[in-house]
Amino acid sequence: MRAMPHDDHDHPHALLPPDPALRVKALETILTRKGLIDPAALDELIDTYENRIGPKNGARVVARAWTDPAFKAALLADATPVVADLGYYGRQGEHMVVVENTPEQHNMVVCTLCSCYPWPLLGIPPGWYKSDAYRARAVREPRKVLADFGVSLPTGTSVRVWDSTAEVRYLVLPMRPDGTEGLSEDELVDLVTRDSMIGTGLAKVPS
Amino acid sequence: MTRVHDMGGRFGDGPVVPEGEDAPVFEKDWHARALAVTLASGALGKWNIDVSRHARERLSPKDYTRFSYYEKWISALADLLVETGVLTLEDLKGEGADAPHPMAHKAMTKEAVPGVLAKGGPANRPSKVAPAFVVGQSVRTALPAANRLVDGGHTRLPAYAQGAKGKVLMLHGAHVLPDSNAHGLGEAPEPLYAVVFPASDLWADAESPNDEVVLDLWQSYLEPV
Repeated sequence: MRAMPHDDHDHPHALLPPDPALRVKALETILTRKGLIDPAALDELIDTYENRIGPKNGARVVARAWTDPAFKAALLADATPVVADLGYYGRQGEHMVVVENTPEQHNMVVCTLCSCYPWPLLGIPPGWYKSDAYRARAVREPRKVLADFGVSLPTGTSVRVWDSTAEVRYLVLPMRPDGTEGLSEDELVDLVTRDSMIGTGLAKVPS
Repeated sequence: MTRVHDMGGRFGDGPVVPEGEDAPVFEKDWHARALAVTLASGALGKWNIDVSRHARERLSPKDYTRFSYYEKWISALADLLVETGVLTLEDLKGEGADAPHPMAHKAMTKEAVPGVLAKGGPANRPSKVAPAFVVGQSVRTALPAANRLVDGGHTRLPAYAQGAKGKVLMLHGAHVLPDSNAHGLGEAPEPLYAVVFPASDLWADAESPNDEVVLDLWQSYLEPV
């Protein structure tokens, strides 16, 4: 077995300023002055994830699945090409699996080892998803974690937690709320929350 | 055996504090810059996703614990840039040259951003390793959870699931093996499975007898029962 290089206490990052905002600024400045990164590209990356790629994408997929049985069947069978057809493919969404909530089973997604998350469908993960508390507890006590979100499942519903340990990304298909039979796909989109697609929430009931 | 990032099942972290659905994507401006600098630096092509994950995990336990999320990213990025020879220690001290870098032609341009994000980085590969397990088959995970190629190296079998018995739920095809790819030892693709475990086999006091945990696990993490 090989020994591991670079596993010591002499970490180069300690040479940068300790304050995190200044640390980022210092590294950005060094890389920019050498022409290794382009600040305009950074602005474009940030704008993309602040304004263009977010949970509305996933909500469109869910609303379509609620209204189109053939689409739903294809989505559950092999999600990657189905969502790619809607334009949702790319970094951190190369291998998609959609898992369906039912009265018998509730699904919930976590990444205990880091912060894996389906970016093309949900955007950048919220702070809580990346927190130690969520990563540590979701696999061992999902029902108590759901209680932190104000969610309580009926007796008889089992919980299946998906720990994203590889490059497969999971999206939860929440149950369609009762009383939404007459709603259009666009109206249904507004009921699909980000948390309902992670499994820490339920879809909204129309007011 | 494992590192501090491997925290699944740990006690003592307190409540999860949800944010509203309308909370800003980036809580602070520097969070956004840290993400963007990291993605743009990745485009230089000097490492892969497994190397970058491992760089964050290799932060000392003290740093990993006290750093916030994007502090881990930016600090691990600085370490990687030096280890791969892109920057020098003098550069990080602010004493390096400002002259254009030999790799500057690889810098991601604004125009390239949509294409790079849309292309992604699929992890599935053709593989000579035939699937050894079928859906529904009982398997047991390795004990201990550890990289078998590099001592203390990167692995994606969490400690909480080591030596556990589960059932194959899905075969995802053959995927790049992080234990190898994080250490410059090649992609070594092999079959990847979703394996389902009864919560009551993982935890001393599972919340409900019917609850389950699913993990994506490579074939070499598994043996038949």
